[in-house]
Amino acid sequence: MTRLFALIALIGFAAGAKAAEVTTFSLDNGMDVVVIEDHRAPAVVHMVWYRIGSADEPVGASGVAHFLEHLLFKATDVLKAGEFSATVAANGGTDNAFTSYDYTAYFQRIAADRLELMMQMESNRMNNLAITADDIETERNVVLEERNQRTENNPNALASEQFRAALYQNHRYGVPVIGWKHEMEQLDLQDALGFYDLYYSPNNAILIVAGDVEPEEVKTLAETYYGVIPAEPQLPDRLRPEEPQQRAERRITFADPRVSTSYVTRSYLAPERDPGAQEEAAALVYLAELLGGSPFTSDLGRALQFDSQTAVYTNASYSGNALDDTSFSVTVVPSAGVTLSEAEAAMDDVIAAFLENPIDPERMESIRTQLRASEVYALDDVSGLARRYGAALTQSLTVEDVQVWPDVLQSVTEDDIKAVAAKVFDRDQSVTGWVVPNKEEAR
Amino acid sequence: MLRFLSTVFLVIFANFAQAEIDIKEVTSPGGIDAWVVEEPSIPFVALEIRFRGSASLDLPGKRGATNLMVGLLEEGSGDMTAQEFQAAREALAARFSYRAYDDTLSISARVLTENRDEALALLRQSLVTPTFDQDALDRVRAQVLTGIAGDAKDPNEIANVAFDAGAFGDHPYGSSLSGTVDTVNALTREDMFDAHRNALTRDQLFVSVVGDVRADEVGQMLDALLLDLPATGPALPPDVAFGLDGGVTVIDFKTPQSVALFGHAGIKRDDEDFFAAYIMNQVLGAGGFESRLMEEVREKRGLTYGIRTYLVPKFHSEMVLGSVASANNTIAEAIEVTRNEWARMANEGLTAEELETAKTFLTGEYPLRFDGNSEIAKIMVGMQMIGLSPDYVVNRNDYINAVTLEDVNRVAAELLRPDDLHFVVVGKPEGLESAQ
Repeated sequence: MTRLFALIALIGFAAGAKAAEVTTFSLDNGMDVVVIEDHRAPAVVHMVWYRIGSADEPVGASGVAHFLEHLLFKATDVLKAGEFSATVAANGGTDNAFTSYDYTAYFQRIAADRLELMMQMESNRMNNLAITADDIETERNVVLEERNQRTENNPNALASEQFRAALYQNHRYGVPVIGWKHEMEQLDLQDALGFYDLYYSPNNAILIVAGDVEPEEVKTLAETYYGVIPAEPQLPDRLRPEEPQQRAERRITFADPRVSTSYVTRSYLAPERDPGAQEEAAALVYLAELLGGSPFTSDLGRALQFDSQTAVYTNASYSGNALDDTSFSVTVVPSAGVTLSEAEAAMDDVIAAFLENPIDPERMESIRTQLRASEVYALDDVSGLARRYGAALTQSLTVEDVQVWPDVLQSVTEDDIKAVAAKVFDRDQSVTGWVVPNKEEAR
Repeated sequence: MLRFLSTVFLVIFANFAQAEIDIKEVTSPGGIDAWVVEEPSIPFVALEIRFRGSASLDLPGKRGATNLMVGLLEEGSGDMTAQEFQAAREALAARFSYRAYDDTLSISARVLTENRDEALALLRQSLVTPTFDQDALDRVRAQVLTGIAGDAKDPNEIANVAFDAGAFGDHPYGSSLSGTVDTVNALTREDMFDAHRNALTRDQLFVSVVGDVRADEVGQMLDALLLDLPATGPALPPDVAFGLDGGVTVIDFKTPQSVALFGHAGIKRDDEDFFAAYIMNQVLGAGGFESRLMEEVREKRGLTYGIRTYLVPKFHSEMVLGSVASANNTIAEAIEVTRNEWARMANEGLTAEELETAKTFLTGEYPLRFDGNSEIAKIMVGMQMIGLSPDYVVNRNDYINAVTLEDVNRVAAELLRPDDLHFVVVGKPEGLESAQ
């Protein structure tokens, strides 16, 4: 029973869906298209993903990618503010959007026979936004309230923002997606439009249509609505600053009286899934499972929650879904009466023992089986499949990478895991965070 | 151009997607009723199991017992310890979740076709022969206590606790199902066996099964899984009237954004006016960006990231609830706008256009919910619990479409009572004080 810290414990490892019928093609203007067929229900998910996220923002304008995402629901040359979502609702559908470090995506879920209307409206707002200074002011207050809700009112979110800023010394993954508050307060029309004009173009976008559709029909509609939009010739290469060689571990104590239970969390820099080279990332998926996946059978769970009563919660997490270097994290919430020093020492003992001892072949087999089964369960959720492809294709992976990923996962060996563990568990590339209600608890 | 296109689409609305699912009602040889949908295209089965009662059956002085008991079902059963049970489940790649709610105990399972019988035998063991070992009890108790400590510093939870206590007092709805530090610390193994015997009984059982299984296999499957549970359990608690009067309760908590939970008494699920109320609520605050409250509080004024209202027809009481969060210096304005919209809806009702727009959305969105085995199983078990029959799936949109403007506006005037609204506000709200 682990309902604690659900927000920070989320692990997402994407994998390919072999059984779902997937068709891919590109339009002449460079827009990539992925069609995923699922004919069980007469519904469709229509998504447009842009290869642009918060880590691509200009210095000083943090939050502009997410702010712009909000503004895309305002007026265009033919749609009034709010009319996009109102039209989706009037056709019995739902719509929304989301922004992350590497992508911004817009989607609608609707009856399959309304796909054309969705394409018509989504293609319209790719180039024809008509926002005003008034829109900017009101919506800036909305995103500031969003930051209040997600971050300022949540000490765990504030803490992880601090830790992330320390983990990345040069890369923009150290800046929160929603933005730093003082920079969000200054975002203006020009910040938003500059970003929009450059990056919202078909050669920087991926169309994903999933559900009760035929690929030929999608192709015809996509050519009609998206195919006529000119490519952006000035689209810059996606160059991101790299991390320097990190030479010293960082330690942070975050104190906030709203913290109810102290905990220690450490993040190490870790490689992500790369095109044609996903083996290290796959081994890290196993490492997270072996070390801190299940509280009952993982090394941290067994040692700290069962063999000793050191912790009420343990976790190791890794997601390889990123364009650039990502992180591997380990968290321990100590039991009453156990100090953070003791909890951290116990955590380090488990990591050291993992590096020294052989891996139990039964656990390897169990994890392999669970990863294989997760592919079966994933087929039940066509929206989830669509998100896999969207995330991967905005993070430099190819459709083939997505589709071989389950096989790559199945072929991970004990040696692969040992090798990647030895590489990743380098304290000089890590941040250790203590989260406490007051400084007296930091011991 | 766009407006024209939408009109064309509205014309063909009569052909809107119907939910095409074939619900089979089965009764097992042992007498367990279940709804089944055969969906062989993916090799797994989704099961949804519910028991009515749940935390509302906590015995006097034992608040939190059912919640803790449910947390322990996966922590040791039969001749297996917690770790042995979980290792076995993981090796089969079965997914089980156990959860206690106010008056529903919920068990969700997904099992692969290739090892279905073994996986269900494991699930049976956890439901029928939990061991409640002392070490597991103490370990999960510590987790629950950590959760209780977290709730005490979470503004949303602080608001929930105060609102529920004011609304329902000593009734089980009036306190957190987690219990308090004192009640949870006092719980014993014997309390766990009592809670198990009371909460997992076949007279309160509801089941749905969707996936790679034939309907004629399900009866024996369910007998093997559930027939060894007790046939009957204790009586459910009595109904309770919503007890909060109109007013404002401010709870001081140092945080930058105030959260407000508000509401008054509501409407029963089986009331003949329920669909009228449902449509009214959609327009007032449940319809996302299309709702009046989102338009007035967020879109026009930028006072919040989200505001929402809910009809909450629980088994023993009913409420209309809403929630909003806004910075400490703007929450008073957000509340004032909310009150005004509440009054405007009560006094003026919906426009004919709003009614049509809401109907179009609700009837169009409904079939889209049936988009996966797990989703269909959840919908079906929920229908059974509130006494609907399978043909509700086909008729539901007719019920929505039958609501007239007169109906919905009469119900808005009856249901919404702005003076009865009680706001519980947690934070450092400026210009807002407790008042009854």
